[in-house]
Amino acid sequence: MSLLKVNDLKIHYPIRGGFFRRVVDHVKAVDGISFELQPGETYGLVGESGCGKTTSGRAIIGLNNVTSGELLFEGKDLAKMGRMERRKHTKDIQMIFQDPYSSLNVRKNVLNIIAEPLRNFERLSPKEELLRVQELVARVGLSPESIYKYPHQFSGGQRQRIGIARALALKPKLIIADEPVSALDVSVQAQVLNFMQEIQEDFGLTYLFISHDLGIIQHMCDRIGIMYRGRFVEEGTASEIYNNPQHLYTKRLIAAIPELDPEKRFEKMHLRQSINQEYQNDYNNYFDKDGRMYDLKRISESHSVAMQ
Amino acid sequence: MKNPVLEINDLRASFNIKGNYYAAVDGVSLTVHENEVVAIVGESGCGKSALANSIMGLHNLKNTKLEGEINFGNQNLLELPLAKFNKIRGKDIAMIFQDPMTALNPLATIGRQIEEPMDYHLKLSASEKKNRTLELLRRVGIKNEQRVYEQYPHELSGGMRQRVVIAIALSCDPVVLLADEPTTALDVTIQAQIMDLMKELQNQTKTGIILITHDLGVVAEMADRVVVMYAGEIVEMADVKDLFENPLHPYTRSLLNSIPANFEGKEKLHVIDGIVPSLQNLDRTGCRFAPRIAWIPEEDHEERPEMHEAEPNHFVRCSCYKTFYFPEDRVGENEYVATES
Repeated sequence: MSLLKVNDLKIHYPIRGGFFRRVVDHVKAVDGISFELQPGETYGLVGESGCGKTTSGRAIIGLNNVTSGELLFEGKDLAKMGRMERRKHTKDIQMIFQDPYSSLNVRKNVLNIIAEPLRNFERLSPKEELLRVQELVARVGLSPESIYKYPHQFSGGQRQRIGIARALALKPKLIIADEPVSALDVSVQAQVLNFMQEIQEDFGLTYLFISHDLGIIQHMCDRIGIMYRGRFVEEGTASEIYNNPQHLYTKRLIAAIPELDPEKRFEKMHLRQSINQEYQNDYNNYFDKDGRMYDLKRISESHSVAMQ
Repeated sequence: MKNPVLEINDLRASFNIKGNYYAAVDGVSLTVHENEVVAIVGESGCGKSALANSIMGLHNLKNTKLEGEINFGNQNLLELPLAKFNKIRGKDIAMIFQDPMTALNPLATIGRQIEEPMDYHLKLSASEKKNRTLELLRRVGIKNEQRVYEQYPHELSGGMRQRVVIAIALSCDPVVLLADEPTTALDVTIQAQIMDLMKELQNQTKTGIILITHDLGVVAEMADRVVVMYAGEIVEMADVKDLFENPLHPYTRSLLNSIPANFEGKEKLHVIDGIVPSLQNLDRTGCRFAPRIAWIPEEDHEERPEMHEAEPNHFVRCSCYKTFYFPEDRVGENEYVATES
């Protein structure tokens, strides 16, 4: 059974205006996406800003309201649960946030930051709690004395590891990582990414990895979903997406990755120009009469594309 | 050889922290020629932005000490009185800022913002100005320039705004253009468009571009020459092809190995040990990268690391590059075990 199954998820925000500020229209931030996470895999959600990838991630953990659709976590629909009932399950889903500079409370020391989820969900004596936090701090590679320090005393990479320790505190099954390294330098990025792979093995974690950086997604993910304007454009395994992209939007995204071989830079520039041209000419062919992207169509066991 | 347009000589920019001055840019020498893109790469805190701000005179001189020379034409910008400097910056030396969301004035129309430097530097009539502005907007790839001329920044997307920022920088035909992380705040597809646009514009003019970035992909796509900075110093300087084909300095090699795009599959990325030292904690004697490659014996470093021309036009600091290796490449081999014990 899949760990998480998202079924036709829709998140619409009302636009109010006119007389009595009535609802005149909706922004369809997420407009009917479906995907499944198998235990132990890393699923990448990719797209440009505004495509709805973060909104989807936040909806799964309960930070956004769901307009319609199902969020089946271990077979139970989170979207239909009440607050209290949902709380029992959200323990198993944790999040790593994008910006380690704003996602840690500056007034709390590391002990209090990491212990907060423990205090919310488990009754531990102060001694047990300290022990657990020390374990976690050691696991993420920080020195034991750092639990009495405050976030400003750490570098960006260390802060992100504090954020990861907090996410690990309750031994979750699913971690939603929303752009976990985009605020970090390349060498620190490498450190955090390696570390995320290590703990995935140790704790048997499943990741929903949200990012706009296709290089990182390729490195980290088993399967990838490409999003555009609140819909899925293409879904497949990492090698299917990178070696055999079908949808023009996917091709365009992949062509936009900077070329690391200086000799090929003009080749790449021309490739991009021709894809862009094609994209502009055929733009309308990718949407149905309501201006909606087509539903995904299966072209192989694991590879689906939004086509007519 | 092309004409040099900007020569930086032993530049040192020091910040006052609690009464002491610490150099963020520590003895940088660099020449930019016309029609050349020089990329300055490094991680946050390596001094690349401090270098750009020194050239543009954007440091607060109350707590910053600038030494050395920045020669433009036959003038040293650091000694130039402000009134004269103001005649140069914005006209002959212009800058593209990182974040197009904050670089533009939300209260002024796009047209007015592009015309502003022209008002200051060029004597043009109102209609000449407008024509020039529309021409600039076309050149940066904005198709409905008449409409954009009247619009305000909030009506434009991020990519369009960055195009406007570039148009402002180009408004007075600069000789030197500083681009500080011009694509970092943008989406990948927009980043690709802006990179291609800058390449095209560069082919049309003789402008020398200093491109500051942390993204080696952007460097590979745009630069002619690359300068790698670490802890305030230049550690390697080479033509872009040489640098990517044959990186020498341990820092450059480590950086290249930590990019996910350089890898296939799920191998471990290379991680540089330790952290970038802060200004106060930086040990300014000896090789500054030595603490992060502790497995390289001390005698392989120079006492006072200098730049060497290892190959024609390929400069590298310190001698440690000769014996440097990655420990993960030698796991299981005798040599590595020997250095461990």
